[in-house]
Formats: sequence, C-alpha cells, structure tokens
Amino acid sequence: MREITFSEATLEAMAEEMARDERVFVMGEDIARQGGIFGQFKGLPQQFGLDRVRDTPISETAIVGAGVGAALAGMRPVVDMHFADFITVCMDEVVNQMAKIRYMFGGQCTMPLVLRAPDGIIRSAAAQHSQSLEAWFVHVPGLKVVIPSNPADAKGLLKAAIRSDDPVLYFEHKALFPTKGPVPDGDHLTPIGKAAVVRPGRDLTVISYSMTMHRALEAAETLAGQGIDAEIIDLRTISPIDIDTIYASLAKTHRLLIVHEAVKAGGVGAEIAARVAEEAFDLLDAPIARIGAPFVPIPFSPALEKLVKTTAGDIVRAAQQLCR
Amino acid sequence: MNARPYGCEDLLRFYREMLRIRLFDLKAAELFAQGRMAGNIHTYVGQEAVAVGACQALEPGDLITATHRGHGHCLAKGGRADTMMAELFGKATGYCRGKGGSMHIADLGLGILGANGIVGAGIPIAAGSALASKIKGGREITLAFFGDGAANEGVFHEALNMAAAWRLPVIFLCENNRYGVSVSIDRVTNTADIADRAKGYGIPGVVVDGNDILAVCEAVAAAAGRARRGEGPTLLEAKTYRHRGHYEGDPQSYKPAAEIAAWKERDPLDRLKKTILAAHPDAAAALAGIAAAVEAEIAAAVRFAEDSPYPEPATVTSDVYAADNERSVAR
Amino acid sequence: MEYERDFLRHLYRRMVTIRLFEEKVGELFLGGEIPGFVHLYVGEEAIAVGVCAALTDKDYITSTHRGHGHCIAKGAQIGPMMAEIFGKKPGYCKGKGGSMHIADFSVGMLGANGVVGGGYNLAVGAALAAQMRKSGEVAVCFFGDGASNRGTFHEGVNMAAAWKLPAIFVNENNQWASTTPYRTTNNIEDIADRAKGYGIPGVVVDGNDVFAVIEVAKAAVARAREGLGPTLIEAKTYRIKGHFVGDPEKYRTKEEVQKHFTANDPIKNFAQKVIGAGWLKQADLDAIHAEAAREIEQAVAAARQAPYPDDSELYADLYVEGVS
Repeated sequence: MREITFSEATLEAMAEEMARDERVFVMGEDIARQGGIFGQFKGLPQQFGLDRVRDTPISETAIVGAGVGAALAGMRPVVDMHFADFITVCMDEVVNQMAKIRYMFGGQCTMPLVLRAPDGIIRSAAAQHSQSLEAWFVHVPGLKVVIPSNPADAKGLLKAAIRSDDPVLYFEHKALFPTKGPVPDGDHLTPIGKAAVVRPGRDLTVISYSMTMHRALEAAETLAGQGIDAEIIDLRTISPIDIDTIYASLAKTHRLLIVHEAVKAGGVGAEIAARVAEEAFDLLDAPIARIGAPFVPIPFSPALEKLVKTTAGDIVRAAQQLCR
Repeated sequence: MNARPYGCEDLLRFYREMLRIRLFDLKAAELFAQGRMAGNIHTYVGQEAVAVGACQALEPGDLITATHRGHGHCLAKGGRADTMMAELFGKATGYCRGKGGSMHIADLGLGILGANGIVGAGIPIAAGSALASKIKGGREITLAFFGDGAANEGVFHEALNMAAAWRLPVIFLCENNRYGVSVSIDRVTNTADIADRAKGYGIPGVVVDGNDILAVCEAVAAAAGRARRGEGPTLLEAKTYRHRGHYEGDPQSYKPAAEIAAWKERDPLDRLKKTILAAHPDAAAALAGIAAAVEAEIAAAVRFAEDSPYPEPATVTSDVYAADNERSVAR
Repeated sequence: MEYERDFLRHLYRRMVTIRLFEEKVGELFLGGEIPGFVHLYVGEEAIAVGVCAALTDKDYITSTHRGHGHCIAKGAQIGPMMAEIFGKKPGYCKGKGGSMHIADFSVGMLGANGVVGGGYNLAVGAALAAQMRKSGEVAVCFFGDGASNRGTFHEGVNMAAAWKLPAIFVNENNQWASTTPYRTTNNIEDIADRAKGYGIPGVVVDGNDVFAVIEVAKAAVARAREGLGPTLIEAKTYRIKGHFVGDPEKYRTKEEVQKHFTANDPIKNFAQKVIGAGWLKQADLDAIHAEAAREIEQAVAAARQAPYPDDSELYADLYVEGVS
C-alpha cells in the first residue's frame, strides 16, 4: 500500500469530499494563502478557489458560529480552529449551539459541521498551544468526537465526519502531521464510533488513541520480548466510545490499561474505567490502570515538558505491574 | 519626525531602548534558527517604536498587557534581557522559571501583566487592571498592546465597551502591522482604520505613525493624561509593519516583496537615528556607545541563559495553585 | 408612501397576533400552566413585523430569548408555538426546546436562542451559504441592546462586512438589558454608530412605527441582495413587560413603563395612522383583532389537550446517525 503523511491524508480527504459535494467548504485562520500552519490545507485553494477555502478574520466565535449558521442553511462546512486550545474562545458556539441545535429544535435540522482541532504537545509550544482537551467534549451530548492516530484513519475519519449529518469534532495531533503511514487507495472511509484492534494479544488490553497510540505500539514490542502479549486498541472515536470492542478484548485479557496524552484527571480513561467497573467488573483480574499527564498546565521548558509526556517506558512499566 | 520637545538625552534613551529590542530579537531569531532554543518565537523587529514610544510615555507604576509578539513590550517596560533570554531557553532563571516561554513572559513587579498566547486575550485583562485602579483610586493606568488581528476578536469589543461605559483608565493600543498571521488586514476588515471603531464606544480613536517613536510617545502621553483625569479610554492605532515572519521560519509568501522593502525604508530605528543626528550632530559617538553597550547586554544575556540550569524536575507540579498542589496526579 | 389594504391588514394581523399571544402566554405562565421562563415581546411588535414584511419565506432570521414575536412575524404557526411553550408533543420542537428555542425551518426561522448574542454568527453563516450558492436569500439577525455588547456582535458584523454578506443586523434597543438600563453599560447614544467601525451603513429608526421599520428594512434587503453587504439597523423601542414574566421589576417604576406604553404603543400608532389616512376602518381592525383572539384561544385549547412527549423521545433527535 502507498505511504503518505497524516497531513497529506487529511488533504486528500478534504479534496475528495469537496469534489464530491459542492456544499462542502472550509474556513479558518491562515488556511488559504498560507495553506494552514501545518501545511494541512496546501493546494486546496488552487483546486477549489478562495470562495470555498476561506481565510477568516481571527474571530473564533464567528468562524464556528457561521459554520453552524451555514449548516442550518444547507451547507456542509468544515471549520478549522488553528490550535485546539482556541476552542476555549468559542465554547458557546460549540457547546450551546453546534451540539444542541438539532435536539433542542426537536430534530427539525441536521448539523453537518466538522470542527478540526490540531491538538497535543509539539516542540515546547507551552501552556496555551499544547493542550489535549478532547475529554471536555465527550461530556457534551450531541457532539461526536474523533481522534485518529495514523494517516489511514486521518483520511477515513475526516471523510466520514464530513459526510456525517451530526456535528463532529476532529482532533488531529500536531506532531502527527508529518508522520507517514499506509493509506488505501480510493474512497477510504473509517466508520465513526468504531475502535480498531491494531495488535491482538492475550495478556492485557491497552487502550489509546492519537499520539500515545504510537507509544503503546512501541511498548507492545518491548513487552512481547518479555513474554507479555498486549492487545492494543485504537479508539479512533471517543464519543461515542466503542465499548463492545473493549469488552470483547477484556473477555480475553482480563487486564486493562488506558493511555492518553491528556491530563489523567477527568480524562477519557476515567470514563472508560468507570464504565468497565460498572458494567464489566467480572471481566477484570486486576485493578484498572491509567496513564495520563499530571495535573499541570503544559510547561514550556524542554526539561519540564518531557515530564508530562507519556513514554513507551511508562506503558511498559504499567503493563508489567498489571501482569505481575 | 520633529525632535523639538525632547532633549538629546531623551532621544538617546529612546534609541537605546529600541535597539535593545532589535538586537534581542535578532539574536533570538539567530539562536532559534540554530536550534538552540525550544518552542516558537514571534519577533518584534520593525515595530520597536510602538512599544518604546508607548512605555516612555507611561509612568513606572503603570501596567501593560502584551501579546504573543511580546519581547518588545517586556523590554520596553523595563524587562531584563538576561531573564527574558533565560526564559526563551526554558531555564530555571527565566522570568517564569522556564514554565512560560517566549509567549508567556510576565514581570508583575514592573507592571507587565504578561504576554499572551491567545490572540486578543490581553485586552480585557487590561480593562480589569484599570478597573482595579479605579476602584482603589490609584493613579496608575493600564495599556493594552494588541495586533490588528486581535482587533477582530470579540473580546476587543466587549472590553472596549465596558471600559468606555465605566470610563476606565486604560489605553487600547492597536499595533496594526498589516497582517494577522498570514492574512492581510484588508481582507478581513472593511475599513481602512481600526481607529474608526472608537466611534462605536464614544471614545477618541487616533491613528498614529507607528514607526515614528515621537508621534507614538505623544499620542500615548495624551491618552494617558485623559485616562488619569478619569475621562476614560482611548483607542490608538499605530500603523507599523513586522519585518520578519509571523513566527521564525515563516516563509512570508503572503507578503509582496516590494511591500517589505518599502516598509524597511521606514525602519523606526534608522528614522530616529537620522532625527537625532540632524538635531544633534555631535551625538554620533554617543550612538556608537549605545550600540556597543546594548550588544554587550545581549551577549551577556545569551551567556546567562546558556549557563543557567534547566528547572528541577520536581518543579513541574509547583505553581499550579497558590497553596502546594496536592492534587498533582502521580504518573 | 401608499400601501395595499391587504398588506396593511396583514401587518395588523401579525402585530395584534403577537400582542395577544404574549398577553395570553403571560397570563398562562402566571397561572402555572407553562414550565420554564417566558420573555414577552409586548411593545416591540412593529420591529419584527416591519422587518419580516420586507422578507420572503425563503429569507432567514435568527432570533433571541424574546423570540415569540419574531416567529409569528416570520410566519410560524400559533398552534405549534403554543404547544411548544407548554412543552407538549405537537410543539415545534416536540417539547424539547420551549419558549427560548422555537424554530421553524420551513419559514426560514432558524431559531430563538437562549444565549444573548448567540444569533449573529448563525445569521452570518446563513448569509454566507446564500452568497456561496448565489441563491439570493438574505439573513436577518434580531438582537437586543444587551446583546450588542457581546463579542459575537463584533466578530459577526466584521466578518459580514469584510465578506459583503447578505446579512442585516437589526438591533431592538428596548432600553433594558435584563435589569440594566442601556446607558449604564454603553457610552454611546446610538448602537447604530458602531456601523462606522465596519464600514457599513448604520441606521436609526423609530421601532414603534412599523412603516418606518418597513422602509429601512426594504433598503437594507435591497442592498444585501445587490451584493453590497450588511446594514446595521437600530430600532428604538421600549420593553413594556419585565425581562421575564414574574420579574419584580425593582429597577424601574410602573409609571415610567405606563408612560411609554400610553405615549408610544406601536399598535395604537398603526391604528391611528391607517384610520387617519383612511386606509382602513376601525371595523376592519376590530375584525382582525377578533380573528387573532380566536386563533389564540384555539391554540391554547389545543395545547392544553395535547399530550406530553413520550419517554422514548428523550434520546430521539440527538444524533442523525444512531448512537446507543
């Protein structure tokens, strides 16, 4: 299979969906003339024009709010948040408008809006440009939240998100943009709400998504050398969570480790752990373990930043503990 | 540029402060390009007359809020080059002990309420600081620096309206450098002057040549007088230009080369130097002395930053709350 | 300016319907029949009716928490409105929205909004959709004087001005932002002055004179349809009722309110003008009044008898594509 970067995969998804449906357009800061600060929109304006690939004012409420309005009026907008951290500037539009409008209006409308949010730690971008805020939105009924870890899912989930009649938050880790991976040719879609078992195993289940998926896969290799056979699940969608895939795995492994880059407290891992404890306690042979960032804003200094990042070593140690 | 109201010493001081910013940022850019610095930096090269002109018109007790492009504001308000450079390096001796970085430098002792990574976020913070002064009955005022891009953020509107309604002692200083990241201001607004928006709040809106330090200084002095007299805020728009990219490494493909060249012709340091030499032909030696002193200051700042230790790992969980952070979650 | 009799009857019917509807809702709320809160539009009828008279069914509006008048003016039906306010199954939103969230997409009414200033960017987005597909609609955003201080005003109006969108921003300056008088939170006499900052026309109009409102609205609609961009209209009016029904109104005197109502009731102003000019007779107005009253009585009777939504409705309409 051909290999392309995560960034190229999102570009293919955008281009294919914009060609397929003229109601699809994209707006955000610096996406047209600059091609996006991570190059993830390069070439789109040449292909589709500045009308459908729009540079906006630095006005987050207007970007998302106008996305909501355009969706109500029959378009299928994709809006880009530049950095996921900036969603905080337009929380009303995301939480009170985009998420609720369909339900609140008794199903009179759909909300085919995709909000792209580049997140995660990259190169000492510091406290306001490094966050992983995905768990906030898992708590909001009406939103769907996807968070791919590799180019194939980046493409497949973005295409599925654009075709979805529901509002989708699409988190894309900034440090993943230049990473390469195999992507199937043609109209490749990844279903929303479906996790992937990316490495089958029998001794424990490691659940992750986005950047830390790669750490989990590295850890699995190390663990294999130590005789621990880890099953790795890439959630891909965190709202709704594919709980059936998790239970099926636990029925085999009976041990659960959840890993994410986001702050551990109140994170996606907390929700999964709670559900497993409530609904599938009998499947467990050991306490559930979680790895996430400590409860601090992301520090700038490389000396401190590395302390909040999850490493493969952290995962190996936690897995060893679980399997002791 | 008319030098008359200012003496030779004033002008040399202005020049020195502007040069500190210029050389600090050029050095930071150089070190960044060499990979000796983490994160991202946004340089202030080309806009020095705005920060220095503004801060020279303020009193030491006055406060400022800055932006992601904040090195110039911090230095102009009296910030130390070495402590700043150490912060850019992520060292324990930096202004924020390495936790903030280039976009988050603050020195509350000097009235610098922080650079900010969120576009426009400093504007309401400045209004709040001015509200505190008003409630306390203090003499001090607050000045918010922000860019043309930030002028399209909702917080601009909310803060200006509130400050106008409450006659807060604050100055809103828009540094219109013509680009919000990559997007020309002409493409995202429908007016030539951001200062026109002042009418919507019933406050003065003044356009000033932001590459003319004396013009900036006078405009800020007038706005400061108004604020101190309890007459409320002023919206100043300083027309200027950033010579370098939005961030270091930005290829600036969105800017016409002729435009960059034309603005470099209007370099604020060159202009001030000419003004000084025209009014005070014997100041050449003093200018050379300033250049040498500033170069030495910046070189020492780099040495200081390089020699400083990184923060101790244990500090990663400190400073989250005022009391020690017991909630810090162990790995 | 001369108007067709049928058009005048239409105007009167809509204004009187709003008045009687609001008085009835207030009465029912105080009688304990309506859950939630209600915000009444009494005294401001000429604005919604005047503006909507310049629109077609295809044009869009966004509304506010005080939205019943906008709905009726845009052509929504009284029956499903009343049922919605009662929280009943045949309501516009199947009882999920309530008074503050009524929408009728079939007449371009994109929803009331519980968030002050939440509508600007939805209207901007609808206008963007119209501009992109060259379909000719305009989008009107109604908003109050309180909302004019939200950042969303600034972001929405600026973006609409920069992109010359077919949007019209109609400020209903009723002098009261909830309990706060206009001049204590603004430093300008006229909100229309803000237009200068966006390089668009700003027009002040007597919001209690439906004819004056119609004329400025027509000019703004023509401008929008010609592609010349948005207009900011400030309609001066006065809020006759409390912020919500049950508001003790400690912030103003009954005399002040009564003085305004006696001197400047938009419906009385209309009657005087049309009878004085010989365009309609008192008997015409009386007949319209009686029809409107009958229609509202029927709506109330139907809403009272209507069933509440079934329990199964709780999860319906949350997503288009199924989520368990």
